[in-house]
Amino acid sequence: MEIQLQYFLLLAAALFCIGIYGLVTSRNAVRVLMSIELLLNAVNINLMGFSNYLDPDEIKGQIFTIFVITIAAAEAAVGLAIILAIYRNRDTIDMEKFNLLKWYYTVNNE
Amino acid sequence: MEIAQGVQFVVFIILSVLMISTALGVVLLDNIVDSAFLLGGVFMSISGLYLLLNADFVAAAQILIYVGAINVLILFAIMLVNKTEVFKTVKGRVLRQVSTALVCGGLFALLSTMVLATPWQLSDVSPAVIDNTILTIGQHFFSDFLLPFEVVSVLLLMAMVGAIILARRDLIPESQQTEVYTTSLTLPEKPRDLISTSNDQ
Repeated sequence: MEIQLQYFLLLAAALFCIGIYGLVTSRNAVRVLMSIELLLNAVNINLMGFSNYLDPDEIKGQIFTIFVITIAAAEAAVGLAIILAIYRNRDTIDMEKFNLLKWYYTVNNE
Repeated sequence: MEIAQGVQFVVFIILSVLMISTALGVVLLDNIVDSAFLLGGVFMSISGLYLLLNADFVAAAQILIYVGAINVLILFAIMLVNKTEVFKTVKGRVLRQVSTALVCGGLFALLSTMVLATPWQLSDVSPAVIDNTILTIGQHFFSDFLLPFEVVSVLLLMAMVGAIILARRDLIPESQQTEVYTTSLTLPEKPRDLISTSNDQ
């Protein structure tokens, strides 16, 4: 039994779909950020698989993965700061109540 | 890697089952703290998969940055917005979840048929041709990827400053006049009234 490139790609696709599901359905704003991390990791698995199987003598996929990890760290910091700011403004982390830009704006009656 | 193929395959199966189950736990569990710790499990198993792909440096960086920095940051954010609120039920939420699950399943079916149907141009070179991946990665960083490397450092600085500015409390305009000395480094902030936690009620 030999591990093939397709196994890694299928695994990454499964992780990506789980991440999309969590991104759309979760109501806690911090969980949305976690789902974004899952999506980025799925892409990283893809890049590493291609780097190992299609380009093993120049491993450029690993360079891309390191860049993605770096930008994910920056994104996590800024995203958590945004969540903190909006939590101070609206005193909730429910994604359903963040409707300031919705086309019909309904006032939240607590 | 000098591990036998069968062992590698068994390790791959274990790691992938671990990764998928912990990722499902991140998305589906009710308690957000449990999700945050399971997210660490996802990152650890992904790092094991990188080891199977002959990438020791990226595996170590994955553990250091994701588990050590991002996961801890998420835990800090959970503690800062620690307010156990009961979400009000929203109309049509079950329908939304079911339709999202259908769309995600369809996306997975599409991606997997694409993956299995594409004739990948596998390289003839043995995957373990590079003895020391750190050397190769460093050479790439300082030759053909030098500009992105430098740009990413500026981006990290911008993200750090931006996060600090965003997460600061609001300015009070009158306090700037009352203070005797105002330098550019003085940042007057509104003192924040404490929010009662769930235990205090």
